[in-house]
Order: sequence, then C-alpha cells, then structure tokens
Amino acid sequence: MNSQILDVAYVASLARIELSKEEQSLFQSQLGQVLEYAQELQAVDLSAVPDTPVDPNLPTNVLRPDTVRPSLTAADALRNAPQQANHLFIMPKIVE
Amino acid sequence: MKLHTLTIKALRARLAAKDITPAELVNDLLQRIAAIDPQIHGYLRLNPADALRQAATADISLPLGGIPIAIKDNIAVRGEGCTCASRLLEHYTSPFDATVIRKLKAVGAILLGRANMDEFAMGSSTEYSAFGRTRNPWDFARIPGGSSGGSAAVVAADEAIAALGTDTGGSIRQPAAFCGCVGLKPTYGRVSRYGAVAFASSLDQIGPLTKTVADAALLLNIISGYDELENTSRPVPVPDFTATLSAGIKGLRVGIPKEYFIDGMDAEVLAAVRAAMAWYAANGAELVDISLPNTEHAISVYYIVATAEASANLARFDGVRYGRRSPDGTDAVNTYSKTRAQGFGSEVKRRVILGTYVLSSGYYDAYYHRAQKVRQLLRRDFTEAFKQCDVILTPTSPTPAFKAGEKSDPLSMYLADIFTIAVNLAEVCGISLPCGFTANSLPIGLQLIGPHFGEARLLAAAHAYERAHEWAKRRPGFD
Repeated sequence: MNSQILDVAYVASLARIELSKEEQSLFQSQLGQVLEYAQELQAVDLSAVPDTPVDPNLPTNVLRPDTVRPSLTAADALRNAPQQANHLFIMPKIVE
Repeated sequence: MKLHTLTIKALRARLAAKDITPAELVNDLLQRIAAIDPQIHGYLRLNPADALRQAATADISLPLGGIPIAIKDNIAVRGEGCTCASRLLEHYTSPFDATVIRKLKAVGAILLGRANMDEFAMGSSTEYSAFGRTRNPWDFARIPGGSSGGSAAVVAADEAIAALGTDTGGSIRQPAAFCGCVGLKPTYGRVSRYGAVAFASSLDQIGPLTKTVADAALLLNIISGYDELENTSRPVPVPDFTATLSAGIKGLRVGIPKEYFIDGMDAEVLAAVRAAMAWYAANGAELVDISLPNTEHAISVYYIVATAEASANLARFDGVRYGRRSPDGTDAVNTYSKTRAQGFGSEVKRRVILGTYVLSSGYYDAYYHRAQKVRQLLRRDFTEAFKQCDVILTPTSPTPAFKAGEKSDPLSMYLADIFTIAVNLAEVCGISLPCGFTANSLPIGLQLIGPHFGEARLLAAAHAYERAHEWAKRRPGFD
C-alpha cells in the first residue's frame, strides 16, 4: 500500500536528485517494500512515551561566548570550490 | 615473526627496545600491501612516500609513536582526500584535521592510508563503494561487511596494525565480526565526531578496529574525550582503559537477551555464541536472562531516523562549495539535481529519498516522529536491562560473511544489521570480537554491549574471553 503513498518522482524532486525512468520504477518498488516493513511501527503503543525524550544521557545545548576565534582562511575554504572568483563561490544564477 | 602480523602493544615494545625502526615497520607493511591489496582492495589511497616521511620523524617515546594506522575514507585529514567512497567527493581535499586525527598525530601515529567503505557509510557490505568492492580476506568471494569493510579487511589481512572506522548502525562491529578482528563502537558522545563526514548525526560514532581488545583499549584512550568543536561529545572523565583490562569477570553479570536468539540464525554462529556464554558461566560470571522487548522495532526505527538525518546532512552536497558539480545544469536547482544524480550512487539516492519522504509534510508524524518515540522505548529497554546485568552478550550478526551480490534488494541488506543497530539507537557502547569459525573457516563475531560510558568494564569482559581463546591467532588461508 505504501508503494502508492510514496511518489518517488515527487520526493526525489524535493530531495534535488534527478532520477532516470529506470531508477524511478526501481526505487518505487524497493522503497515501497521498506516502508511496508516499517508499517509495523504503527501498532506500537506510545501512550506512555513523552513527545520529548527525558534522559540524562542525551546531549543538551552547549553554548560558548560569542568571541572571534581563528578559523579557516577564505583561501582554504574556497580550495574545493568547483568555481570561484573574488573570494566568492560562483554558481548558476538563482533569480532571473 | 613478521612485523605486520604484530599488535600495537608488541610493536611498541619492539620499537622501544630499538629492535626495529618505524621506517622498517612502514616498509614491511608497504610490501605486504603491494603483495596482497590488489586482491583485497581494502585501501582506496596510499601515499608511501608520505608514510615513510612520517616514519622518519616519528617520536617513539609517544603512546603511538611509529605505529601505522589506516583511516576510513570519511574522516578528514588536512591536505588529503576524503572521498567517502563517492564520485561526488573524488577530488575533494580536506582543509582541516578531524579531532581524532589531530589526536592520533599528537601521539605519534603514522597515517598509513585510506580505507574503502560503502559510499557515505551507507551499507553493510562495502559493495556500495563507488570505487569497487573490498574482498573478505577469509574468502574472496565474500564481502568484508560494512560500512567500514576496508578498515576491517586491512587489519584482518595484516595490511595495517589497526584502523579507525565509523559505526552508525553496526558499521565497525559487523565488518570486524566478518573479518575476524576486534571492533569497538564507543558510547555516543565518548569520541568527537568533528571531521567525520556526517551520515546520521545522532547515531554516528568513530571507533577502533584492531587485532586485540588491548589494542582497542589503547586507541580508545587516545581518541576519547570532550571536544569543544563537537557539541554532542560529552565532558565525562576518560579513564585509562588499558589499566582495567585485566579486572577479570568474577561476579560479572552477563545479560542474555532472548530477542537476540531467534529463528533463522545460522547454526554455527549460534553454537559459537552459546559456547562463549558457557565459557563466561564457567569462569566466574553469572548469566542473567534479560529482555529487550522493543528489539523487533529497531530496524524500522533505524531506517527512518538514519535516513531522515542523512537527507538533511547530505543536502550540503549540491556542487556549490565543494565536490564535483555537474556541467549540464540549466539553472541553480537543476544544477543541484544533476550534480546529485551524477555524484551519488543508488543506495545513497535511495536513502536520501526515503529520508526526505519521512520528514515531508503529512508523513512526518506517522514516520519520523513515531520512530523517535519508539527509539525512546528502545533506549529504555537498555536502561532497564542494565539494572540487572553489567554487559549484554549477543551474536554480532545472525550469519557469517555473505557472498558478494547475495543481498541484492535493499530490505534484505537492512535486515542483516538486526543485532547491531539497537546499540546505536540507545547510544550505548558495543564491541565485536572473534568467538570461533565456521567449518568453511569464516570468522564468527561475539558482541558485548555495555551501558553509557561503560567501556572500561566492557573491554575487561572482552579481554578476559580473548585471552582464554586462540581465535585471534588464526590467520586467513590465502597467505
């Protein structure tokens, strides 16, 4: 039933992954199977479980003073850029 | 005895006595790698000249001075590649060191080479590497496990003295079991993840793959500790894990969870694990029957939570700031979509799509939110269990290493992780160590699980078993 709920082509577009027709139909059935399997979670009784976990072993917010510290240089940060100029990443135009 | 077969501990003694030099050790390993890695393919990249340069300046008075270590290719080393076994990062160079790398360098370790893995650590067989599969040293037709399959294979084949891997759902322990070495997944927060390329941030943890439990303790000593660059690392004390290794198992309560001894398990695996249970009982430990009642939900929870986090973490791979950018894009969004289509392999695409779906409007509550709540139940299972026992004993995997190509549909591959993933979801620690071999000479792994920050006792329990058995001495038959 989930293979119908999940529209792989649409979700792939949300995930910004272009899929071939072959991938679309293959993933549709494979991910349908996985979701079908995960369907078992719907039957778990969660009435006693709080929305937010209460557990001393979970990490909590960690803050530090907002002070300037050494970090990567612009040259280092740009070293892997597919395209760059004037200390900026160059990419295709977003707004026409 | 050949140098490449020795442990960190033994080599430290030889180096300290000046029997050998770091350069001799590195040369010995490089020869070993040249001879057998064309068959194993455990390494993605080696830089022999750089390894020898590190050896020439290694300070052997330091805790890991002159010891060559292999690094999984998703951990950043300044000035080196970090491909995550993905085409997308094929030409990426890390501009910084991961915290664990900074720590290894500070204690004199030699970074020997970069180990193969499933792309972005998504997989259980290392077949999803974009650069070719790694072979299991015990049977080349079989997979080494994954995702840290390269790390496990190079340690098992004596191509490295030890290695670092990452474990999100079993990615250190399962390959260690399949290759016959020791693999430790520390408690979430024990080791800084800074510089490990994120897959599922609430589950990922870096850990050692080694020939012995003692070596795992030694490496854990070095890589552990709070890191102000990583907010989920925890400011808890780091004991000397090597000091308590010989604490013994007298009075140790070993929990046996009934949910981990299920139908369909391989008979030889079951027999070996039962023999290990009997050994603990006969040597002063007490076996306690326990229950982890939500175990059956672990795979569903994992493949929702992990893919959700992956879909967010991998959003950064869009071809803007680093990695390969598709030249075929017609506009910005189309460039992202084509970059990811061309850069990611099938398994990564599947997981990012699944993760996007379970987080999407209308499905978030039914999948992601529900899975997070069931995760709390899983965590509670372990909290309750550790009131009755000190460690939990299970098989690491329901089967020995499977054949390459055997698990062709994703769901059957996911089900192979059944005994390891709850440990990550509950954020506790776990270790896999050899506990026997099948009639076909395939290693079998024993998993011991400890409570949050309970590594000291976990390692002592594993060390006691290892010392009383000869499994670690057996070598793959290809030599």
